[in-house]
Amino acid sequence: MAQRAIVGEKVGMTQIWGDDQRIIPVTVLRVDPARIVQVKTTERDGYNAVQVTFGNQDASKLNKPEAGHFAKAGVQAGRRLVELRLDSVDGFEVGKEICVDTLTAGEKVDVTAVSRGKGFAGGMKRHNFSGQGASHGNHKHHRAPGSIGSCSFPGRVLKGLRMAGHMGHDQVTTLNLVVVQADLERGLLLVRGAVPGPNGGVVIVRNAVKAN
Amino acid sequence: MKNTDIVDNQYLRQDIPSFSPGDEVKVHVRVVESGKERVQIFQGNVIAISGSGVAETYTVRKLSYGVGVERTFPKHSPSVAKIEVVRKGDVRRAKLYYLRDRTGKAAKIREKRDR
Repeated sequence: MAQRAIVGEKVGMTQIWGDDQRIIPVTVLRVDPARIVQVKTTERDGYNAVQVTFGNQDASKLNKPEAGHFAKAGVQAGRRLVELRLDSVDGFEVGKEICVDTLTAGEKVDVTAVSRGKGFAGGMKRHNFSGQGASHGNHKHHRAPGSIGSCSFPGRVLKGLRMAGHMGHDQVTTLNLVVVQADLERGLLLVRGAVPGPNGGVVIVRNAVKAN
Repeated sequence: MKNTDIVDNQYLRQDIPSFSPGDEVKVHVRVVESGKERVQIFQGNVIAISGSGVAETYTVRKLSYGVGVERTFPKHSPSVAKIEVVRKGDVRRAKLYYLRDRTGKAAKIREKRDR
């Protein structure tokens, strides 16, 4: 599991120039300082994690359990509560802040976010099925999945067979992206390549667990 | 105005002259060869401008020993030392890909006259 993690918001993709004057495609993440609301330990909770919040939230928009939770920690209420699973929570205390500088440029990271929802999608889009012919007498079966099983044996459709259904809006982790810049002053993290989810989505960035 | 302007603005170059498709330009390209840097000039007609913001690119076409050569440069690339506009062209479309099929006098672009 990760040693360091932060939470941010996806701003969008753009490009910058590297030292070798080549273009680097980057995703811009806005990373505000994350305030620790609760520290979870193996002894007490069964796993190690820090619960953090970021940004600002209107006090009138909090319900009583949320308000009480923030009041107990003595932390200003934020937009979301996010849990960062970590190897060890030594050195993390309630009320302390986690900033972008926990990650450094050149480091490999894993980025977790909820992917864009595609709604109810057919087999071609969802599982890369080939579909069927456009011609050769095909009639109204251009994007159909084809056969989904045999006849009287087994006499049923096997469980887990790939079919049409809801696609996207899953938690997706992209492994081993490279940090291009970690700008503490502006609270920005630039990561090489694409990151799951829509602009404005909440993303969790941790140091890569399967690097090298 | 894009969300990523906060990053893009520092990479936008302010020293680029305005030019449009049909113009003849001299692009001074920084070339690094065996650790040494020198400037190479690529002179030709701008036949296309595409993209916007920090990702804007332009395509320059020239004839080199009778062979058409096209190079596409990112407008804000630091590897371009300088761009000079040699001549303004009078053209009626944004993409001058028709020049690829033409040679000699037919491939000539009229010069834009100020009225």
